[in-house]
Amino acid sequence: MRSLIFISILFPSLCFSQAAAIDATGREIRPPAKVERVYAAGPPAGMLVFAIAPDKLTGWTRAMRPSEAQFLPERYAQLPELGRLTGRGNTANVEVVLKAKTDLIVDVGSTGETYASLAAQMQQQTRIPYALFDGRIESTPAALRALGRLMGDEANAEKLAAWCERELTDAKQRVSRAKQHPLVYYGRSPSGLQTGGKGSINVEVLDFLGARNAAAEARPGLATVSFEQVLLWDPEVILTTDPNFWKSVWTDPRWRTVKAVAAKRVYLSPHLPFGWFDFPPGANRLLGIWWAGKLLYPQAFEDVDLRAKVAEFHRLFYHREPSAAKLDAVLREPGVLPQ
Amino acid sequence: MNARALSYVLASAALVALTALAFAVGRYPVSLGEIVNLLFSKVTGGAHTLPANVETVVLQVRGPRVLAALLVGAALAAAGTAYQGMFRNPLVSPDILGVSTGAALGAVLGIFLSQGIFFIQIFAFAGGLAAVGLVYWIGSRLRGHDPLLALVLTGVVIGTLLGSAIALLKYLADPYNQLPAITYWLLGSLASLSPRDLATAAPFALVGLVPMLLLRWRMNLLALPDDEARALGVDVRRLRTLVVVCATLMTASAVAISGIIGWVGLLIPHAARMLVGPDFGRLLPLAMLLGAAFLLAVDTLCRTIATIEVPPGVLTALIGTPFFLWLFALSRRPW
Repeated sequence: MRSLIFISILFPSLCFSQAAAIDATGREIRPPAKVERVYAAGPPAGMLVFAIAPDKLTGWTRAMRPSEAQFLPERYAQLPELGRLTGRGNTANVEVVLKAKTDLIVDVGSTGETYASLAAQMQQQTRIPYALFDGRIESTPAALRALGRLMGDEANAEKLAAWCERELTDAKQRVSRAKQHPLVYYGRSPSGLQTGGKGSINVEVLDFLGARNAAAEARPGLATVSFEQVLLWDPEVILTTDPNFWKSVWTDPRWRTVKAVAAKRVYLSPHLPFGWFDFPPGANRLLGIWWAGKLLYPQAFEDVDLRAKVAEFHRLFYHREPSAAKLDAVLREPGVLPQ
Repeated sequence: MNARALSYVLASAALVALTALAFAVGRYPVSLGEIVNLLFSKVTGGAHTLPANVETVVLQVRGPRVLAALLVGAALAAAGTAYQGMFRNPLVSPDILGVSTGAALGAVLGIFLSQGIFFIQIFAFAGGLAAVGLVYWIGSRLRGHDPLLALVLTGVVIGTLLGSAIALLKYLADPYNQLPAITYWLLGSLASLSPRDLATAAPFALVGLVPMLLLRWRMNLLALPDDEARALGVDVRRLRTLVVVCATLMTASAVAISGIIGWVGLLIPHAARMLVGPDFGRLLPLAMLLGAAFLLAVDTLCRTIATIEVPPGVLTALIGTPFFLWLFALSRRPW
């Protein structure tokens, strides 16, 4: 008898469930034998859970707006709004999470001590296993596999993870063939003067693509820079997520002499149903790699059929292939691609 | 030359020197010779052979920003001086009647609705005017109290209400995109200032400033109790309304283009008062000179000391607090 207790202490996973996984914070997560209902603590987590097993997702962090909902199958787009649990402002009510009969809580993003301790604390409070995975682009396959194991959907997760790996490797190889790496400035906010420094999660797509980030010397994370500083950097390409900035950059006399503006190389990232380039910082940015790749390295990415990539990604991750009209609406929005 | 005249001369000299310095320094290297060359060719209408970027930096970026720092600094200091005199309270700053909070709510709403910069500024300006209008309307309807007390109290209460509306919008905003934009706006900055911003805001600020300058001698009467002033033949109510309207126009147009920059409107009037005493006629011009010089110095530091911009609110407090304490220690004047 004593030895049995001893074993169950040493190998608790043997006694409680089959599927256990180590999350990114090194904690062993032991979900119940059958995971049916998963609560995603933030948008990136929601996206991965939805991609692997849409029927297990209990709700979105924020209710889908009509413009976003049209890209998803209707029954998933209508899932309720449950709020964010940890991280950038906690909007979820813990009791709502409990009431949703959650089997597993998943968060994907930063794995720093703040988030790790929040995960541990929430798990202790709710007694629901809480797994935290690294949200960087290159960790997406690993996060998919670990999440698939926890949810009992290994096959589906493996299919997505393998696809991601192929895509990332392909893109990396193309980048290595490129001869010139353009100097890129990423401008956020209506003024375009908010940017991300080297290593900032906001410019991960740039870093992955080996582009030279004009603001590399700025601190990692978001920062405001002065207009003179941008002039001094004189970027060859400007990427933005703000349609107001994209529109004003052509008429504002201050931007006129910037190399990217003079060469008409200022591009606006698509944002439906989730942004391609920056936010939310989830798997959605896989599309941003192909989009920005084509813009930054026109030759190395010349034979990439962006339209087909978007259709395939939507089919795999959002479970619905967009109609030709919707694809047009996304890809032909002014500023998305060279005219 | 007496001490008062000396204060004016020194403040004006400092302002001129600072303006020249502010034009000469920045992230983009432009030599003083190039600036002189460019300005000369602009004035005479002649051609110049300078690179296009130099013209952009001087005329489109740095020039408007220097002028905006002068304008915002002077406007905040003037509004603060007027309010401290009118409310007979040294702790009062330009946003006592809710103008900054109202402007902030307008701007936050603009960001929340994904508007462009121009409309965010319009929202901010309108928000500032609407907030003070509301406070003044309610405050003047609370009878049976000291009218000034009613006004201040209404301002504080409405300010808190608007503050919670801002908090709600921040909570509902998209945390990856809108929330950082809101946070940066609330920190205040002149980083994205364009010539158009300056051209839009300056007329409103001047419309507020000119009447105040013209009536500055009469505004001493506001410090008297109502009945005494009335005995001297001044309609206090009308004068008070005028001061509120002028101060609000100045502050709202300043805040609309700069975001919220604290300390200037609170500290500069004190510094000026220590130098020339409480007489409003002498105080107002000096406060404006000092406010313009102070904010210009701060903003020049903000845009030069690092690759990224430093929020001016941080520097105004960092520089302003020791400076103020030093002045206070030196001062022997009765308040």
